[in-house]
Amino acid sequence: MEFATVLSLLDATIRLSTPLLLACLAGLYSERSGVFDIGLEGKMLMAAFAAGAVAAVTGSAWAGLLAALIVSIMTASLQGAAAISLKGNQLIAGVAINMLAAGLTTFLGQQWFRQGGRTPQLSADGRFGTVELPFAPQIGQIPVVGPIYQELISGHYILVYVAFLAVPITAYVLYRTRFGLRLRAVGENPKAVDTAGISVNRLRYQAVLITGLLCGFAGAYFSIAQGSGFGNNMTAGKGFIALAALIFAKWKPVPAMFTCLLFGFLDALQIRLQGAELGGIEIPVQAIQALPYVLTVVLLAGFIGKAVGPKAGGVPYTKER
Amino acid sequence: MSALRPLPRWADVVLLPLLNLLLAFVVSGLVVLMIGQNPLVAMQAIVVGAFGNGFNIGYTLYYATNFVFTGLAVAVAAHAGLFNIGGNGQAYIAGLGVATVALALDQTHWLIVAPLAFLAAAFMGGLWAFIPGWLQAKRGSHVVITTIMFNFIASAIMVYMLNRVFKPANIMGPESRTFAEGGRLPKLGEFFGPFQHTPVNLSIFVALVALVAVYVLIWHTKFGYALRTLGFNPTASRYAGISNSKTIMITMTLSGALAGMVALNEVMGVQNRLVLDFVADAGFVGIAVALMGRNHPIGIGLAALLFGALYQGGNELQYVVPGLTREMVVIIQALVILFTGAMEGLFRPGLQRTLMLLSPEQKAEAVARGTVKSES
Repeated sequence: MEFATVLSLLDATIRLSTPLLLACLAGLYSERSGVFDIGLEGKMLMAAFAAGAVAAVTGSAWAGLLAALIVSIMTASLQGAAAISLKGNQLIAGVAINMLAAGLTTFLGQQWFRQGGRTPQLSADGRFGTVELPFAPQIGQIPVVGPIYQELISGHYILVYVAFLAVPITAYVLYRTRFGLRLRAVGENPKAVDTAGISVNRLRYQAVLITGLLCGFAGAYFSIAQGSGFGNNMTAGKGFIALAALIFAKWKPVPAMFTCLLFGFLDALQIRLQGAELGGIEIPVQAIQALPYVLTVVLLAGFIGKAVGPKAGGVPYTKER
Repeated sequence: MSALRPLPRWADVVLLPLLNLLLAFVVSGLVVLMIGQNPLVAMQAIVVGAFGNGFNIGYTLYYATNFVFTGLAVAVAAHAGLFNIGGNGQAYIAGLGVATVALALDQTHWLIVAPLAFLAAAFMGGLWAFIPGWLQAKRGSHVVITTIMFNFIASAIMVYMLNRVFKPANIMGPESRTFAEGGRLPKLGEFFGPFQHTPVNLSIFVALVALVAVYVLIWHTKFGYALRTLGFNPTASRYAGISNSKTIMITMTLSGALAGMVALNEVMGVQNRLVLDFVADAGFVGIAVALMGRNHPIGIGLAALLFGALYQGGNELQYVVPGLTREMVVIIQALVILFTGAMEGLFRPGLQRTLMLLSPEQKAEAVARGTVKSES
């Protein structure tokens, strides 16, 4: 392959892994605190719709982003209320959130905009433009390194940088702050945390709200950065790939980034490989599409390494009386 | 407040689900109100659309057939403490079995094809659930995550199979050829006039038999006992000499086989060919049905009928109240799952308190306790 082809493939990889990364880190906070979250997809979908709708009405991408964050955090709170305060089944809460999002976004979209569930096409102001990093044109003149900086690192939507910045921030928060220590502890042994006089439920709510925040960014990325407007079921299972990535990365932030890049790369490859051949045999696109899920199943089964989640995950905490 | 008594059985089984359903309807009604429509008119349109005449009832029963299968699939797994979220994938893969049998033998008679298609659906659906079950039992991977992944793997496989294997050269879309007469399950409309031109077919009897069979299996067989013991307490069942891993694998296989019956209804009974996405999320509706029906066959039968009615009524809704699309039903369904499955804590304590005050001797007790507390 030529250098330019490789570069554009990697460029697509970054674009496609961004929402995965945001959702994956979102799930990381929640699951590390002991709340399983299979509702990432639903929160993203809600956020994508909110962003698309508000950006279409106000014509401002920032207003859209704000709406996405608010709606996603509200959805996360609902899920949190069910899973934490009411001690409901966390998995079922996630299923309900996904289904609610699928129904509500299509329904309200149809009601408000009457375009079959789509939100109107956004103007240039309504969606995020790409960000040119300083000196991109100048550095771009340097051979090899130049194009990498100009094409690959510079010239993405602002949310792409948010996503990749969120990785070191998450790593710092998780491993270097008091909140992070408590967060990890509450996912492993909530009783110990409770005994130390720290509220388990409060910590879990904080984690779930951060999850909502990050899902908001991920959702907004779909409708007002990558796309220009919301479409039915726009997130198309990306929330579940993010969940797979989270497991694949063993609930750790930096491996999460690499896993999301890998899954994003597979996605980019799959788009490019339509009908391509490898050694005379045509590779079915579906095989590449299914690869992230297959890899996750294999990893989870312990055939290549072992993924063990937070010990207290999935169990609502009840104080003994 | 001292410990509350557990709810009496009738309240747990009937009152609580009905309260949660009512809440789901009220919240959906608010959504309808929010967009400026009358929820009562919508409600009436759904009821008429679902039960208004034979045609509507036929469609309602057709949807209900699917939901009985997926509801039972979720329930059987739930009794063993497993959450099978992969009904969609299992039903989808089962379509391969049904279509293969029907395509191969559709020159014979449906009486020959149907039993074989039944077995093929059970085998393929069961296989697609056995693998996650095996992985949970032997390798300790969480069955929820694995079944989610298997849903996506199933849809990739099906897209491939439909495009490359089942699609004849003369058809544009990704679908198999239409089965000949011998590969189709007879529709009830052929025997019963009012159901004419509706998709409800003989597989509804398979659903009825499945309801009874699951009841017998869970409450009246040795295996059912092992299954429930595993669900109540895995440690206890291991000490009782039950092989937990064997129970998990058999349960998941049964669960997948039940979900696979959706393919019998859809592929052999209705579509008469293999098409993309014939499952149409019936697997997820099964979760709502099992929750609503409290994992009991009688409850599941009623809940499946309710959701069948909601689906069919939801289809008719848009013709009566312009703008109210069938997504309304998805919202109701999500709320039912949310309230009955994840937010039980909303009503249970209040209900326990209320019922305690209603029965005389318990009331006296509660009052006595209250006085002690205020004095101390």
